[in-house]
Amino acid sequence: MQWFKSAVDWLCNPPILFTLIFILFFVAFLWRRVFWIWTPRAALILFGLGAAFVAFGITDPNFRLIVSKPDNVPIVGMLFLVGFFTWLSMYLGLKNDERLAKSLPPEEKLESEIKILVWPDLVYTEMLCMILWSVLLIVWSIYLKAPIEEPANPAKTPNPSKAPWYFLGLQEMLVYYDPWIAGVLLPGLIIVGLMALPYIDPNKKGNGYYTFFERKWEILTFQFGFLVLWVMMIITGTFFRGPNQNFFGPFEHWDVHKLVPLSNINLSEVIWVKLFNVGLPTNWLVRESFGILLVVAYFALIPMLLGRTLFRPFFEKMGMVRYQILIFLLLCMVSLPIKMYLRWLFNMHYVVAIPEYFFNI
Amino acid sequence: MAAPPKKSLFTQIREGQVWNSIFRHGPPDNTRNRSLAVLTNVFLHLHPVKVRKSGLRLKYTWCAGGTTFFLFLVETITGLLLMFYYRPTSEYAFSDILDLRSQVPLGIMREIHRWGAHAMVIAVWLHMLRVFMTGSYKPPREFNWNIGVLLLVLTLLLSFTGYLLPWDQLAMWAVTVGSNMARATPFLGNEGPGAALLRVGDISLVHAGDDARFALLAGRFVGSGALLRFYVLHCVGIPLVAAVLMAVHFWRVRKDGGISGPL
Repeated sequence: MQWFKSAVDWLCNPPILFTLIFILFFVAFLWRRVFWIWTPRAALILFGLGAAFVAFGITDPNFRLIVSKPDNVPIVGMLFLVGFFTWLSMYLGLKNDERLAKSLPPEEKLESEIKILVWPDLVYTEMLCMILWSVLLIVWSIYLKAPIEEPANPAKTPNPSKAPWYFLGLQEMLVYYDPWIAGVLLPGLIIVGLMALPYIDPNKKGNGYYTFFERKWEILTFQFGFLVLWVMMIITGTFFRGPNQNFFGPFEHWDVHKLVPLSNINLSEVIWVKLFNVGLPTNWLVRESFGILLVVAYFALIPMLLGRTLFRPFFEKMGMVRYQILIFLLLCMVSLPIKMYLRWLFNMHYVVAIPEYFFNI
Repeated sequence: MAAPPKKSLFTQIREGQVWNSIFRHGPPDNTRNRSLAVLTNVFLHLHPVKVRKSGLRLKYTWCAGGTTFFLFLVETITGLLLMFYYRPTSEYAFSDILDLRSQVPLGIMREIHRWGAHAMVIAVWLHMLRVFMTGSYKPPREFNWNIGVLLLVLTLLLSFTGYLLPWDQLAMWAVTVGSNMARATPFLGNEGPGAALLRVGDISLVHAGDDARFALLAGRFVGSGALLRFYVLHCVGIPLVAAVLMAVHFWRVRKDGGISGPL
């Protein structure tokens, strides 16, 4: 089975893995012919394959070491839960879409007019849920000890040192961005973006029931952010980042001495040194003018162009202010995969690099 | 004259003054008493008397919001029990955690507290996913979605502040990584963009001894000051804010028409 492990390790290399995930994501959500994957049978097969992969992986010492770390156990559980509930919501949504196509009301509507007494129906459901969760927590706590390592020692830095698992997506972004973007700006924008969601969503349909086709673009955008840019980044940060933040496949030994040739360069170096064959200008404004122009164009020209072409319907429905907020948030989100590819394909470090003021993009 | 029929102890209690002073209605075996059971109980009256049947379906709600709230209660109770044993100082914190395992009978409180916290983070995400996928953030529930986002952030912060308290290598360095970000906050961190501009003559106003990271850690490094600060935030500060926001969240669920459903 060595060939399989090597193949998985190779597939998990970020450029390959993320390209595959991007393609899979859009195919699964947009290509109608593969909508069978949202059926119960396909879900069972995928679940079986996932479970079989974990079961097989456990037999490998390197895989076992990282997956069975106590704090990583909930992540494996979360992956199955997120997978299941994404499937469930899509399954129910597509079922409702079939009903809507026949101009029947969504399934939830059949029961939404009927009123049920809270005691006993809801109260008993809540009690059952509480009991089940208590049992689960107690069993989990008996069989898995909470981690405790050596006493805190400021003089001894572990390698790798990682943030708590739910922040590893942000830590993963540190590979591609400066801390002020990865750790402050983008998390802030995630919060602001989520909060702005109900105010910039122009779609009045799909309120209070599962549907996919009535809210295709909203679901696609949200799930792209949640599944690909949040959950996937957590997986990468937890399972694939080893010593020195180097990248390791799931079956690979975390070798502290793994050497990765780093030859990242900034856009200004590419343009002044490689293209014009002169030294870097001393004035930072002159030096970074190309990068600054590029960033300004990204945030100013693209909204204008899209507003006249592809996004025209949105623009007309939403008005100037809402449209600008939407497109700004979208561009910020998409900037992450763009930066990832710039790094993988061109070793690009910063588009704008002004270390004098800690301002790098 | 025949003796009155003998009443069972159960009936005697049920008809007694003590019982009737607590429960102002009969057993919930008819519609009226079932309504009263919800209406006259301070905990249950978060619910309306009746709800939409569609909102009761597990496949619709996934019970995710309720699970999150339940886990918050579990965390409160186990956390309170842990406070009896734990001292938030760099001399004692680590050994107190070890003692929890070896000295305390049935000592799985720390385990329940930690796994419950992880489960709560996951439950919050799933709750957000459910609310999004059913479009339940749309009018009239926009404001409650916002409260929900804030509660999500607070859940992560609760988990993060709690991460430091065991005072082992894992805790200390995870928080070092996390708090290093604060150093790069624009204008507020000493390595953030704009900080270099804030200076009077030769004196820079934002330096390692007064920036956002310093405020978070009560020092330049993760040390005993940070431990105390995180402890207070974890046990009092954030739960207090979360409790207030939860009250608003639940209240708004009712005021916005109960658990969402098709309009």
